[in-house]
Amino acid sequence: MRILYFAWLRERIGKSSEELEPPPGVDTPRALINWLRARGPGYAEAFSDEKPVRCAIDQEFQPLDAPLGTPKEIGFFPPVTGG
Amino acid sequence: MRLVAVQEQDFDAGALLARLNSAGTGGMASFTGIVRQLPGGGLRALRLEHYPGMTEKALERLADEAEARWELTGCVIIHRVGRLEPGQNIVFAAASSAHRGDALAATAYLIDQLKTRAPFWKAEEMESGATHWVEAREADDEATAAWSETANATNLPRGQGRL
Repeated sequence: MRILYFAWLRERIGKSSEELEPPPGVDTPRALINWLRARGPGYAEAFSDEKPVRCAIDQEFQPLDAPLGTPKEIGFFPPVTGG
Repeated sequence: MRLVAVQEQDFDAGALLARLNSAGTGGMASFTGIVRQLPGGGLRALRLEHYPGMTEKALERLADEAEARWELTGCVIIHRVGRLEPGQNIVFAAASSAHRGDALAATAYLIDQLKTRAPFWKAEEMESGATHWVEAREADDEATAAWSETANATNLPRGQGRL
């Protein structure tokens, strides 16, 4: 699946998107965050606190405990600040 | 008439309102958001980032909701992205209707919802050279939620005092 990062998550991880196949058992965005954290110090820093992390599954806002399913893309970002 | 766009270039509020004025329109309301200097100064520019694809879908959905909730002859949502300096336009929301109440309420709805339901992020670029991400405001979440408490009303949510 394609994983996208925005705002300070993108800056800390050092990339805006990547194609990854998480292992079976990674069945929620929160589980995906836990798996991503182990990929390197940038990920660990970006996801050190889950509280300000929001996500969208296939471009729809979802809670971190929503079923992940088999999405084409998942985005991680801080709370939105448009307008 | 519906126009939804995410763009780097500026917009002309007058030209957009002229396009909104169609047969059956009795009034138009609009909101133009402008990049504001910080109270103590020091802001050189805002940098706006968004989630391409998702943003457009989110804004189209807000327009759908406004059209379902009020009797509109048209609506417009334009949001700029990229680097914007204090005094420059950042966002435009407008609605036209046979009646003022619907146009005013729909415009307020669009801008309140946009703040919490569309994937945009702002960073402040300071004159000192530092850049920091703007944090979400609780007051914006409350303004969004206030509309669901008045689901059947066509007026502005009570107690907002925003117009």
